[in-house]
Amino acid sequence: MNNPEPAAREFRVLGTRPVRPDGFDKVLGRALFPDDFYLPNMIHGRFLRSPHAHARIKAIDTSAAETLPGVRAVVTGADFPHIDNVMVSKGTAGMVNIGDIAANCIARDKVLYDGHAVAGVAADNPHIAEEAVNLIRVEYELLPPVMDVRGAMAADAPVIHEDSLPGAFIALTKKYLPNASRLQLGSGDLEKGFAEADVILEREFTSSTIHQGYIESHVTTVNWDASDHITVWTATQGPFNLRYHLAEVLLLPVANISVVPMEIGGAFGGKERMYLEPVAAMLSKKSGRPVKVALRRDEVLRATGPSSGTYVKVKMGARKDGTLVAADLHLAYEAGAYPGGPIFLGAIASTSRYNIPNIQINGFDVIVNKPTMRPYRAPGAAQSVFAVEQIIDELAHELNMDLIDFRMKNLTKSGDLLVAGFPCLPIDTVAMMEAVKAHPHYSAPLTGKNQGRGLAYTMWFGLGEASSAQISVNPDGSVQVLTGSPDLSGTRMTFAMQAAEALGIDVEHVTASVGGTEAIGFALPTVGSRTTYATGAVICEVAQEVLKQMSARVALLWETAPELVTVNNGVFRNKEDPDLSMSYSEMCEKLFETGGPITVHMTRSPQSFIPGIAVHLVDVEVDPETGKVDILRYTAFQDVGKAVHPDYVAGQMQGATVQGIGMALNEGYFYDAEGHLKNTSLLDYRMPTTLDVPMIETVILESPNPSHPFGVRGCGEHSIIPPAAAIANAIHDAVGVRMNSMPMAPHKVCAAIKAKQTASNRRLRGQT
Amino acid sequence: MSRRKHVTATINGESIEFLCEPRQSLLEVLRDLLHLTGTKEGCNDGNCGACSVIMNGILVDSCCVLGVEAEGSEIETVEGLAKGDKLHPLQKAFLEHTGLQCGICTPGFLMAAKALLDKYPRPDEMQIRHWLAGNLCRCTGYDKLIRCVTIAADSMTEAQHEQS
Repeated sequence: MNNPEPAAREFRVLGTRPVRPDGFDKVLGRALFPDDFYLPNMIHGRFLRSPHAHARIKAIDTSAAETLPGVRAVVTGADFPHIDNVMVSKGTAGMVNIGDIAANCIARDKVLYDGHAVAGVAADNPHIAEEAVNLIRVEYELLPPVMDVRGAMAADAPVIHEDSLPGAFIALTKKYLPNASRLQLGSGDLEKGFAEADVILEREFTSSTIHQGYIESHVTTVNWDASDHITVWTATQGPFNLRYHLAEVLLLPVANISVVPMEIGGAFGGKERMYLEPVAAMLSKKSGRPVKVALRRDEVLRATGPSSGTYVKVKMGARKDGTLVAADLHLAYEAGAYPGGPIFLGAIASTSRYNIPNIQINGFDVIVNKPTMRPYRAPGAAQSVFAVEQIIDELAHELNMDLIDFRMKNLTKSGDLLVAGFPCLPIDTVAMMEAVKAHPHYSAPLTGKNQGRGLAYTMWFGLGEASSAQISVNPDGSVQVLTGSPDLSGTRMTFAMQAAEALGIDVEHVTASVGGTEAIGFALPTVGSRTTYATGAVICEVAQEVLKQMSARVALLWETAPELVTVNNGVFRNKEDPDLSMSYSEMCEKLFETGGPITVHMTRSPQSFIPGIAVHLVDVEVDPETGKVDILRYTAFQDVGKAVHPDYVAGQMQGATVQGIGMALNEGYFYDAEGHLKNTSLLDYRMPTTLDVPMIETVILESPNPSHPFGVRGCGEHSIIPPAAAIANAIHDAVGVRMNSMPMAPHKVCAAIKAKQTASNRRLRGQT
Repeated sequence: MSRRKHVTATINGESIEFLCEPRQSLLEVLRDLLHLTGTKEGCNDGNCGACSVIMNGILVDSCCVLGVEAEGSEIETVEGLAKGDKLHPLQKAFLEHTGLQCGICTPGFLMAAKALLDKYPRPDEMQIRHWLAGNLCRCTGYDKLIRCVTIAADSMTEAQHEQS
């Protein structure tokens, strides 16, 4: 290996800003997303969905739908094999219950949320399929819905599952109540800690269910051929997970299923789970034709994604000198209809950035009659950080300390033991704090009435785990990189750049593509800020092996020992004969005469839980009459390790920030008392537009990650975490109210301001 | 199902005839009948702008226009932006200045931005924000998108100066 210390390293390719090759087809309208894909004889599928949040299915009558002209197949839960509840390992990414996955794709006995799929129809066109869906009659026995975590944990709560296994998203939880399982983390002595505290604050917070909001709906085309081989063309973050889960749900060998990943129109965690494929596959089997299913937007909101609404109670104590001494956290996160929400990640993200000697976290994964909660960019983190960073802000104010100085005093540093039970891997948290303090935004004066500034800090952990990569070197010098990691936002480019850097060649010689499940070895999905880092690290290792094999070929030509051939920046040299050299392209020309083109494939599992940190600084202006919060200025700081393509890094930070702003100010599911989702369009599920956000200034810090040969960290998720807390702190700075509920919509801000005025009026009257 | 209607329209400068059901939207006609799949479906109810096209010089959501309403109209879609192998300055700016990530909203933004620049060749930031407010992007946070429109406007003005 030819890798000096990442920090000291000069890069040829990393840090430059080449144009991504897939971009050309995307600006020309030629890129193939799954909805742009047509097969001969293809028909169109539609779902019938439950209008009830919680009900038992008594009978389904599909006869009228089946006889409608143009209808080719109708399926219900009864067409599928019964799948027992069984937990299947996903490595460090936890376990999944295949019975739950099957039942979420099509209900059998009970429907568990408004929008739960009950039947599927395939017809000559989507309009006929929709008409047929409306002809299916279902008899339901209504059951009482359970719509929030506190209600679900109450003693008299209706039981949603008679038999369910506890959730295990990354970490196992233990059954605790009929609708909830629990995980506990902590260290030290809580009682002793609070006894040492000079200031103790205890606060409660809630947040709404939110959606990932990708602009492309879920679309899949499935062909079940006559030899029981199933091919799936779709946009998924995890082709291999999809293949395994589909095989398990249909009781087919994994090898009978091929997943062909297509361009993916936004995912953010919401496209790593199978929704449509079992029904589309069964419709294809029954009709003998390929079936395309595209969800409508209301179906996307009612039945895919979303991410957990929460109830959080936090008690924290600090000494006068600013040392945090104790924290007690109660985190109740919606799991949705089936267990396995992001409670573990919400728990470790809540406080890991600070050293708190006495800490206890009780995390609850709570089943409610809503869609199954799926990851959304840093799953669960923004919700717990919304609570904790507001308390940190309040403590700093109580203790009269500067916001950065207070955090500096309690900062987790490399090697410190985290609440998750392992030490913090290397990262420069002090440099982050210094960068924020030195930035002009930190000390710029605020100029108007009702303006305020807020800050929030976060530490998040990127996954490693299994990735596959293959590099092929061709005689013309061109290089193909193939991976099993779908590209959500430019990772084909960042892979090509890492391969070029590692091989010592120009990036123009390298193309990168995403392989289907038949083309490349297993990889965990593109999730957890892992792709540029973990798959990138595997590419670097493959490149080293490629260079080793090329050096052996050079040795053959020079009739010398392979150990005597060195390679640097695309030039092979002989250690014993400094005059002898061969360029990379000269070597490539001789590939055929030395044994043929070179292809190397590897599957490796790089280190998990790579820390990444971010601080966000925001100025707001609050309209006290309407409660509307305008964002005036925004600066996002993030340590991403070596920034492979700085424009893409900035794009990740800006995009995540604006999603965080949406979560903070607008976005949330509205359910009525019966559990019907009321805002099922993008008009009513109100995501930020160009008029809602300012330019987002980005400051990229690059403390190297020693788990990657070039020091790269993942960077996709972190910046979604701080916006809500930073904005809440800015609102407090502006108008003196603490916001304890997300989204901080105008009516809530208005109510908080009015409540404060009423309280102060009362005090005034009391004085006179 | 009602009988299909015969419609003639000019799409990207080319005269096109098609037969469509009265219930089919222009979006469906473009994508499923004419296979112009550059125009994207995001919500199919006029809220996301992914299906933006220019119809008789006006920016519209093609999901909210019926195919039969296209009779006699001139329609511009993303497929008509580039001239041969020469990218439109907006396409060039989006590519070179990272105006896209996943790319699903890109055609809609390009058409909305083109409608803006057709009318106001030198827009300021607020004008750009207003004209793009009907288009949702979930990846970029809009920052680079807005800069791209400014960059394209500048390069088009420059090119015009060079010509005159």
